[in-house]
Amino acid sequence: MSAESPEPKEQAVAASDDTTAASTEPASSGGDRWREAYFRIISGGWAVSLGAVILAVLAGSLMIMVTDQGVQAALPYFFARPGDTFAAIGSAVGGAYAALFRGAVWDFRADDFAGAIRPFTQSLTMATPLIAAGLGVALGFRAGLFNIGGKGQMLVAAAAGGWVGFGVSMPFPLHMIVAIVAGVAAGAVWAGIAGVLKAFTGAHEVITTIMLNYVAFYLVSYMLATPGLLQAPGSSNPKTPPMQDTAVMPDLLGPRYNLHWGFVFALIAVAFVWWLLNRSKVGFEYRAVGENPDAARVAGINVPRTTVSVMLVAGGLVGLAGVTQVLGTVTTGFSYDIDAGIGFDAITVALLGGSQPIGVLFAAILFGAFKAGGSVMQAAENVPIEIVTVVQALIVLFIAAPPLVRAVFRLPQPGARWTRSSRKEVAA
Amino acid sequence: MKLELRGITKRFGTLVANDQISLTVEPGEIHCLLGENGAGKSTLMNVLYGLYTADEGEVLLDGEVQHFRGPGDAMAAGIGMVHQHFMLIPVFTVAENVMLGHETTLPGGRLDLDAARTKVNEIARRFGFQVDPDALIEDLPVGVQQRVEIIKALSRDAKILVFDEPTAVLTPQETDEFMQIMRQLRDEGAAIVFITHKLREVREVADRITVIRRGQVVGEATADQPDTELAAMMVGRAVELTVQKSAPKYGANSLVVQDLEVTDPSGIVVVDGVSFTVRGGEVLVVAGVQGNGQTELTEALVGLQKASGGSVVLDGQEMVGRPVAEVLGAGVGFVPEDRSTDGLVGEFTVAENLMLDRRGGPPFVKAGMLQLGPRDSFARDAVEEFDIRTQGIGEQVSRLSGGNQQKVVLARELSRELRLLVAAQPTRGVDVGSIEFIHKRIVETRDAGVPVVVVSTELDEAVALGDRILVMYRGRVVGIVPSTTPRDELGLMMAGITPQKGSDVA
Repeated sequence: MSAESPEPKEQAVAASDDTTAASTEPASSGGDRWREAYFRIISGGWAVSLGAVILAVLAGSLMIMVTDQGVQAALPYFFARPGDTFAAIGSAVGGAYAALFRGAVWDFRADDFAGAIRPFTQSLTMATPLIAAGLGVALGFRAGLFNIGGKGQMLVAAAAGGWVGFGVSMPFPLHMIVAIVAGVAAGAVWAGIAGVLKAFTGAHEVITTIMLNYVAFYLVSYMLATPGLLQAPGSSNPKTPPMQDTAVMPDLLGPRYNLHWGFVFALIAVAFVWWLLNRSKVGFEYRAVGENPDAARVAGINVPRTTVSVMLVAGGLVGLAGVTQVLGTVTTGFSYDIDAGIGFDAITVALLGGSQPIGVLFAAILFGAFKAGGSVMQAAENVPIEIVTVVQALIVLFIAAPPLVRAVFRLPQPGARWTRSSRKEVAA
Repeated sequence: MKLELRGITKRFGTLVANDQISLTVEPGEIHCLLGENGAGKSTLMNVLYGLYTADEGEVLLDGEVQHFRGPGDAMAAGIGMVHQHFMLIPVFTVAENVMLGHETTLPGGRLDLDAARTKVNEIARRFGFQVDPDALIEDLPVGVQQRVEIIKALSRDAKILVFDEPTAVLTPQETDEFMQIMRQLRDEGAAIVFITHKLREVREVADRITVIRRGQVVGEATADQPDTELAAMMVGRAVELTVQKSAPKYGANSLVVQDLEVTDPSGIVVVDGVSFTVRGGEVLVVAGVQGNGQTELTEALVGLQKASGGSVVLDGQEMVGRPVAEVLGAGVGFVPEDRSTDGLVGEFTVAENLMLDRRGGPPFVKAGMLQLGPRDSFARDAVEEFDIRTQGIGEQVSRLSGGNQQKVVLARELSRELRLLVAAQPTRGVDVGSIEFIHKRIVETRDAGVPVVVVSTELDEAVALGDRILVMYRGRVVGIVPSTTPRDELGLMMAGITPQKGSDVA
């Protein structure tokens, strides 16, 4: 039922498209261009991504409905007073998504603009590591590599960057830069191990990166529990000391907001990856290897070396995510849960973003908003925060099955163009 | 059984692959379907075989309308199809492949392999095939694999047999034998549809010829019409079938290959002590049946395969042991055998593919950055010069036809300073019109004083294009002969027999 609701509108779009298609057949090239553009948009990844988000949010409202106590209370006497049930559903779903919006975008209960915009800056803060890690995973995808090692790469990056951050004394901003470089390098090396194994022994990167996650987790856990390594002196908790002020990424919008310079670094990373993929020789080779390694080899590209190089860059980007966590978001010292599932969310972000840098940016901001808004939703409306996680998971599920999304929204299948309608005509 | 196709129309979106095609095939006749690649022959046959549903029109068998929902229905109705790419499972035996799809079982669910063996032997005896029912497909030569496909079709009592480009993978001798089998099947009353674009074969066996162009029947022809007329019908314009070339004018460049040896990962020597010299200004065609080491030879020339012995010297420089990028950078143009796998990145645009192996430096790359301006203007020129039919340089190369894809590869390899051109199967799967063009460009390269090595499995091409012909069999050189050598002799050489000695080289 919930999935049906957007259909009439979409059908109207599809219908109008059919008429345009018919009417522009003999028309000028201007109309053709418009039609081309329209089809590129709706048959491309963007439409599927958007459709997947809509479907997942609708499925999420179903779950809010089912888990809401007001709805559960009204449901037993549904046939006596159905209005109560609908009112309860409305208030549950409406309230939940309003709270999500209030926690993620705009706090309409705040007194002033500065307060109202605070949730959005919080979403951007949450999005920061997702952007960087999402770029790392997306870069791998473009080169035909499935990097599931985000968790491990973030952990070693946090450990290396954090150690420099609290253990070394240097002036600002040199301290911060050295810490960032250390973390990025650590992430790169960690992913590079998987790259080397793939390039020279053929070991599949999915297996090796997963295993390296375990290695990193227990390695960092050990270091956190060992005095003289990462553990804070005089403490028995597996936690590091706080970062020195000279290593911390400064606030971007002043002390009132959590948003820090890590977000700017993430944006720079977006631009860098875009340039790398679309304008550089190296990125050209990455993409060639990703799309067709055989042709790449015949064209003189050293495929093993490219594999290692892709993993190094991808790991470095994920490493940046780890560093923004410890030097920007959680500067009071960290523990082995500092990755906060970002390494895996990054896969979702990369998929949702269609492995395009700009797409990753927006997907990460959406997921950052989910994270920021989810906790407000839980606090204000008693909606379990797990629903946000389920919605995220459903997004991936829908993204992984584009034909399903296209069928629901009546989007054309790729390459099929107008066969759908012509087939209908034949059947009719 | 009489086969009739009436007004078959099949559309893919805006593309009309088959436009009102009607065709009748009588029992006891070989009906040739002649047309270029992409003319719609295979689509038509897939409609017949139940793989596609026609948008309009109907299929009739002995006057009855059929509604095939899949190949299973078509097979049950008595239609057998031998695909261009064999539909056999390499690790299964002949008998297992023949029974695949309608296995009979003994009590307890055990496969009745004996019945399948008997069937294979029976059909093999009828046609005088030598086929061991227990041999693994992967161990069999291609010609025998094709016979297994035929046996498979016949074991299902097919009365209508469709052969889709069956001779592409055969030696001249095997082709002759295959023709004989077709005649025998015809004489037994089968209705045969023979799809091809090779005029020589058409003239040899066809009882009737239907020519298809751009999804439409453009006419019927008889086997006694001259090649040029048939080709003109097929292409829609007059076609030059012979390659125009003058006597070679030798240039300074030279390629000297000495005792080249390549060993595959399983330790088998696939190129075995090959030696030859090609001078600038001449074309050496490496002829032979597919799979006799030609692929490995060309790959070893450009460094894609590691040579386990011997040397490749280009203008005095040793090429063995150098990485591919360096060999290409030294001025070696390489047209790989399988362009869609090895020559092009399908998802890339025409422009991107045109610079795929030219990333080394200017004009397309400066300081590690792609130079989009020079790239695009080069691409536009190449599209113009090589007559690449595309919607634009930004079009994905996978959307182009086979001939145009090959032109993209050629444009890339030929539009730079060359010291050697290695072209493997440059015209395979390419339409007649494009073949003419590709041959012309290769000859132009030769006339510019570049040594050219062309691998071809087609005797016609070898004779037309080559100044000399090197015949390979099982990784070895059977002989290097002038292109004026009689075809029979070349055919025997391709089977490994040196005519002068009359003995088997292997």
